[in-house]
Amino acid sequence: MAMTFHVDIVSAEAEIFSGTATMVFAPAEMGEVGIAPRHTPLLTRLKPGEVRVQDDHGEEHTFFVNGGMLEVQPHVVTVLSDSAMRAKDLDEAAALQAKQEAEKTLADNKADIDYAKAQAELAEAVAQLRTIQKLKKSR
Amino acid sequence: MAGAKEIRTQIKSIQNTRKITKAMEMVAASKMRKAQERMIATRPYAEKIRSVVAHVGHAHPEYKHPYLIEREVKRVGLIIVSTDRGLCGGLNINLFKKVIARMKEWDQAGYEIDLTVLGNKALQFFKRIGGNITAQATHLGDAPAMGDMIGSVKVMLDAYDEGRIDRLYIASNEFVNTMTQTPTIEQLLPVAPSEEKELVHHWDYIYEPDSKPVMDGLLMRYIESLVYQGAVENVACEMAARMVAMKAASDNAGTLIDELQLVYNKARQAAITQELSEIVSGAAAV
Repeated sequence: MAMTFHVDIVSAEAEIFSGTATMVFAPAEMGEVGIAPRHTPLLTRLKPGEVRVQDDHGEEHTFFVNGGMLEVQPHVVTVLSDSAMRAKDLDEAAALQAKQEAEKTLADNKADIDYAKAQAELAEAVAQLRTIQKLKKSR
Repeated sequence: MAGAKEIRTQIKSIQNTRKITKAMEMVAASKMRKAQERMIATRPYAEKIRSVVAHVGHAHPEYKHPYLIEREVKRVGLIIVSTDRGLCGGLNINLFKKVIARMKEWDQAGYEIDLTVLGNKALQFFKRIGGNITAQATHLGDAPAMGDMIGSVKVMLDAYDEGRIDRLYIASNEFVNTMTQTPTIEQLLPVAPSEEKELVHHWDYIYEPDSKPVMDGLLMRYIESLVYQGAVENVACEMAARMVAMKAASDNAGTLIDELQLVYNKARQAAITQELSEIVSGAAAV
């Protein structure tokens, strides 16, 4: 029987594949890599593309990844797939948007926290909740 | 029959309210199941990336990433995960209470605080009481997407890279079970070293193309996945808390209706008795 190793392909939102394989191909950043059992430890980034897994029955499974990370240990290969399209400028744009929204929020606001006010407000809310619970119990 | 009509209207209106809270309870229950499934679905990724990061910790890379190095604290970053909508009992309030207590400690220790808020409730609260909100993301919905929070997390990571914050924390609710959600504050950066014993033999990965960009990508994804997990877990907490709160509200409406029904019946009975006695005494007089 051919030598096999364990492959996990996961994305942040779901597990995509988990099983044994004899060979894995992945679109690494520097070019496609083929991983055979007992590969030396490797850590690399992936480009968007296909990950192909050859299982021990000789069948080939193909998965599309949006990029991500590939970790290789001698007997375990892990593909951490991104669940969203990633690119440096896309990330920058997203960060900028989050920042701008916050600036808009803060435009008419002081930056110092009034702890006393906050605690008073929270205490009030907690007291309200407690009263509701008590009312319920007393019935 | 004074007041009987008013009581009847009141009973009607409480019945209508009960219908709404019942419906919300059932919606929350079904959403909670889905949210729990989603929470479980994120676990494999989180476990894998955690083990990869742990491996990296055991390896001896020639490049030490700033995310792994502890430094003197002047300013801390805090990511607060809250819900978008209310009517979920004390979920947000309990979290904010813990956050405020912790922020006060930091304030007394002389640290300054930068906030990133996820969810409308935290935004409104920290906007009202003041606070340096550097980034925000709201309306993430019942199924938060990773893509929606990359931006706000990146703001914090950039701040860490540039040395504007020296530590990063996340505050969110932990889903214990349907009845219990615990507010927690955890440290994200610097990444706490894993507790497992260091492997004896020295080894390192082959990094492609180079250790720095690879580590950058890995640790960025690690932090993002933790934040994402927090957000997904918070949705499950929200639904569970809402379900419990709405169940309590429906029960309360039920008891109220029962009480009012009793008052109504008594009033009706009194009116009938009065009418009868009037007739009887009228007949006796003739």
